[in-house]
Parts: sequence; C-alpha cells; structure tokens
Amino acid sequence: MMDFMTLIQVLDSTVRLATPLLLACLAGLYSERAGIFDIGLEGKMLVAAFFSAAIAYVSGSVWLGLLAGIGASMLLAGLHGLASITFRGNQLISGVAINFLAAGMTVLIAQDWFQQGGRTPSLAGNARFNPIELPFAEALSGVPFFGPIYAELLSGHSILVYIAFLAVPGTWWLLYRTRFGLRLRAVGENPAAVDTAGVSVVGLRYAAVGICGILCGIAGAYLATALQAGFVKDMTAGRGFIALAALIFAKWRPWQAMWACLLFGFLQAIALRYQNIDLGGVVIPVQVMDALPYILTVVILAGFVGKAIPPRAGGEPYVKER
Amino acid sequence: MDKMPHWADVVLIPLISLILAAILSALVILAIGEDPVAAVKMMVNGALGSTYGWGYTLYYATNFMFTGLAVSVAFHARMFNIGGEGQAMLGGLGVALVCLYIPWPHWTLALVFASLGAAVFGALWAAIPAWLQAKRGSHIVITTIMFNFIAAAVLNYVLVNLLRPARSMDPASAKFPDAVHLPTLHDLLAPFGIAFSKSAPANVTLLIALGACVLVWALIWRTRLGYEIRAYGHSETGALYAGISPTKIIMIAMLISGALAGMMAVNNVMGEAERLVLNATEGAGFIGIAVALMGRNHPFGVFLAAILFGFLYQGGAELALWTKIPRELIVVIQALVILFTGALDNMVRMPLEKLFLALRRRNA
Repeated sequence: MMDFMTLIQVLDSTVRLATPLLLACLAGLYSERAGIFDIGLEGKMLVAAFFSAAIAYVSGSVWLGLLAGIGASMLLAGLHGLASITFRGNQLISGVAINFLAAGMTVLIAQDWFQQGGRTPSLAGNARFNPIELPFAEALSGVPFFGPIYAELLSGHSILVYIAFLAVPGTWWLLYRTRFGLRLRAVGENPAAVDTAGVSVVGLRYAAVGICGILCGIAGAYLATALQAGFVKDMTAGRGFIALAALIFAKWRPWQAMWACLLFGFLQAIALRYQNIDLGGVVIPVQVMDALPYILTVVILAGFVGKAIPPRAGGEPYVKER
Repeated sequence: MDKMPHWADVVLIPLISLILAAILSALVILAIGEDPVAAVKMMVNGALGSTYGWGYTLYYATNFMFTGLAVSVAFHARMFNIGGEGQAMLGGLGVALVCLYIPWPHWTLALVFASLGAAVFGALWAAIPAWLQAKRGSHIVITTIMFNFIAAAVLNYVLVNLLRPARSMDPASAKFPDAVHLPTLHDLLAPFGIAFSKSAPANVTLLIALGACVLVWALIWRTRLGYEIRAYGHSETGALYAGISPTKIIMIAMLISGALAGMMAVNNVMGEAERLVLNATEGAGFIGIAVALMGRNHPFGVFLAAILFGFLYQGGAELALWTKIPRELIVVIQALVILFTGALDNMVRMPLEKLFLALRRRNA
C-alpha cells in the first residue's frame, strides 16, 4: 500500500501539520496549568496569522512579521487575562468572545488594508520563513534508510518547526525543574496555598496567559508565513480546537502533548493525501479522518481509556480572603 | 440584601454593555473610513425600512430565538452548551429525512413531524455530551465543541455519500417536494389584507419560535421541573440535599437545549433553503450564546436580543452591499456583545454596584 518514500513524505507532512498544533497546545498547557481555561487559542492564532503575514508583506521581513503576530496574540491574551483574572469573569465565555473578535477583525482589517477579499497578498522571499537545510543533508541523502529520514524528514523545515519541537523539553524543564514552574502548577491546583506562601496568584496567572499569547503568536505566524504564503480568511480552520483536544488527550503534560499533536498531525496528513482509504475492502471515508481527533478526545474525556483530570482550580477565578 | 435593584441588573447592565459594544463598533467603522451615523441609518433602512427588510430580520431572529433559548435553558442548569451549532446541523438532517422520505399530503402535517424530527435529532446530539457530563464528569463545554466538529463531518459524509442526488456535484440533498413548502409571512398576512414582501424568507416558523419562548418561560418559572433546573443551577449541593438528581437535571436540561437548537432547522432548512446544504447553520448556533447572554437567560430577553441580532444581520448584509464595510463587522459586534455581557460583566457591574450603594447610603 505504502512504500518507504511515500511513508517518509507523509511523515514529513505530519511534522509540518503538527507544528502549529504543538505550539498552540503548549500555549494552552501553560494557561490551563495555571488555572485559566483557554478556548480562545483559535482566535489568538488567527490574529497572529493575519498580523504576521500583513507586516511581513509590508516590511518585507518575516521576523518583523513574527513580532507583530506575537504582539497581536498577546493583546488578545491580555484581554483574556483582564476578563478572567482581573474581572473574574467566565473564562469560557471570554474565550468564545476572543475567537469571534479575531474572526471578524482579521477580515475587516485585511479588507481595509489590502482590498483582496479578506486576505493578504502572497508572500515571497524574505517575507516568508524558508526551509533550513540541516548540515550534510545533501551528502547523506544517498545513505540507505537513514539518509532519506535525515534529508527528507528531519531536514528542510522552517526554523519555527525546530523551535516548536525544542519548546517541548523547554516546557518540561520550566514546569518541572524550576521554581516558577512549581508555582505555576500550584496556582492551577490550589491558588489559596500559593497566596498563603506570599506569591502573587494574579502575577503568576498573567505570566502564564502571557506565555500562552507568545506561543499562539508563533503558531499563527507559522501558519501564514511558513506553512502557507499569506493569510486567508479563517485560515486556522479549527486548529486551535484540535490543539485543545490534543492538550486533553495528553492530560496536560508536555511530552504527551507532542505525541498527541504528532498523532493528530498524522491524521491530517493522511486526510490530505488520500481521500478515502481502502483497508482490504473496508473503505474509511475522509470524513472519519477529519472527525477522528475530536472523537478520540471525547473518548479520552469520557475516561474509558484512562481518565483526563484537568487542573483542579481550572476555570475558577481566584478571590482573595474569603 | 442585593447590592443593586433588580431592574438595574436586568435592564441597565445589558444596556450599558450594548452601548459599550456600539461605541467600539462605531470606532471600527470610523477606522475603516466610513461614517458610523450613515452606517446606522443604512442598517435601519435596510433591516426595518421595508417589509422585505423586516422579512429578513425576522427570519434571522427566528433562528436566533431557537439557539438563544437553547443556550439559556442549559445556562439555567449552569451548563454552557456551545454545541448549538452541531445540534442545529443534526436538526437539519432530521428535517431533511422527514421531508424527503415521507410523502406528506399537506404542509401542516409535515411541519409537525419535521419539528419533531429536528427536535429529536438535536436532542440526541446533545444527549451524548450530557450523559458524559452526568455520568463521567467530562466537561460539557469541551465535549460540545468536539461534537460540533463531529457533526460537521457527519453531515459532510451524509450529504456527499448518501443524500446527494445522482449526477449532482453539489454536496446538498435533493430539493424538498412542493407539498412541504412552508407559507411565508406574505402568505400568512395576505388573508388579513396586509401586504408583505413576497421574496423575504420569514415564515410560519416564526410563530413556533414565539411559542417556544412562551413554553420555555412557563417551563423555567412555572413548573416543578423548571424549579429543579434553577435550583440545580444555583447550587449543586443544595439541589442534591433537596433530593434533586443531578443526572436527571443535566440530561433533561441538555435534551431540551439540544431539541431547541435542532428546531432552528425548521426555519432555515425547511422554511428557507428547502433542501439540506453544507453549513446551513451559518454560525447561528454560536450567536445563540450572545443572544442568551444579552437576554439575561430570560425568554423575553432572548426574544428581544434575537430581534436585535436579526436586525444586525440584515443591516450588516445591507452595509456589505453598499459600503466598504464587510459583513464580518457583525461578527465583531457579536464578539463585543459576548465580551461585555458575558466575560467582562464584572467590569460593568462593579462600578454600578458602587454607585447604587453610595446612593443608598446617602438616602439612608
């Protein structure tokens, strides 16, 4: 059915498609581990995608675009923080509002700036993140088995892909090996205890929401300036929710988040390459592949295959001294 | 004692939130380089200036009444049903099956059974997340979001592989037979000598939506079950102590919620498109969230908010037609309404509460 080179190509596309999921998933991990539910990952990615593409197009520099994307995403993250931390509002409703705000504003501004029906002009050259060849990729590509894996699968991605995958051990280290990480996890489980220890609950939660904004910003910029060459309306296409699903699937842990995102990226890659999959007479329609991440997440949430228990203080605004 | 009189809570706060949203939207329109005052005039003219405009406004409002009621019934049991979109999609499937496969002699019979089909399909789609919440503690918000995506995939599959007529490229069902054509407001008002636009899509489903508003009001405030739903929403432990079964309340509230969301399909699938298409719901399930928040979960509030959003939808379409302002302005307004009436509620409420306390102190 699938020869070795096809497999390498599918896995290569898996890595590309998993990258935005992974960045958004880690973004959600910081926020939710600190007790702030975030269903606004989608919206933050979307504004970042637009502003990175728009600024990259205008300035000709993708790095300025990335900065603009991160800035826009952090603005919405700040809004989420304001609503859910400062004003102790409903975090889920705030997330819904942010998604709509992003969906509407990106098209409004895109239309106002570029008049191309809610998209940015195509990016080229330095306005995009271009593939990076890892050292000796060319020379080693002839080596059987390992050559193609190195040259095709590991080499030739944009810098953001490598950043995303490096962010996994980085997140693990930050959460489990630093004082900041311990406090961040504690504030999501028992904010009163953190408060008693004299550490600012509000400060920690804003920090977590801020990191979430940065990572969503990179995720969005990757979509518009690396995976594709420009912004189109609603280009996140539910990726923020798949990332949320991956986060639950991974039970809010960084390494597992990476595997979950790779799995969901793999499903997307398969759905992209094959329309209907014929498994010895039984045909799996493409819609099943589309729905599989969500179905798997519901199954995990239902606790039939190991229980997914969210951080205990998740979604609860913290009220000092009661 | 309450910090604020009740009327301030139900009238003043939504009004201030609405004004804040309107000011920000006006700034957005200014930034685009258009005149907000002219834009409002155009919206009012386009949405309310003719029976044609009213026909569209009321058509959209009918959708939003159903989805708004759906969200608010779940809210009363302190559950956030984001799945209205998926439930409405499945409701559309129910309507399509009833209309396509049963030869109806008259539209009245078809309407009854199509409503039933829509309600049952919508309720069933809400039943799984409800059961998982009640029995397995899976967060209803996440599961209903997931079920929206699953619903889209299911509908896609059914339309492409099962319902699509042979030799048609369009992922849509066949057109419904003429016998199930629902009378529009034009047909309904003509016997009374009232001239109403022939081409506007508002139809008899509007009356069902109004009926649903009344029924939901009666259910929530005039029945034992409604009392139990509200009691559970106020305090789960309190309800448990009073002998109310959480499983029962979660299931019933979500089934009613799903059924209401599903019934939206009678309006848009049977009343307007007269066939099932992909993305028939066009986000109306999500607007239900804004409508419920704005209407303070009260059926009368939902009714008013649905009319307001119907007006925004039709007015926004007019703006997109005649100015540089894209339709997405409505999405922004919707986001701002959700933000101010929902998430930033305390930002509006806290200063107001202080004001009322200060006034009371002065009077005392």
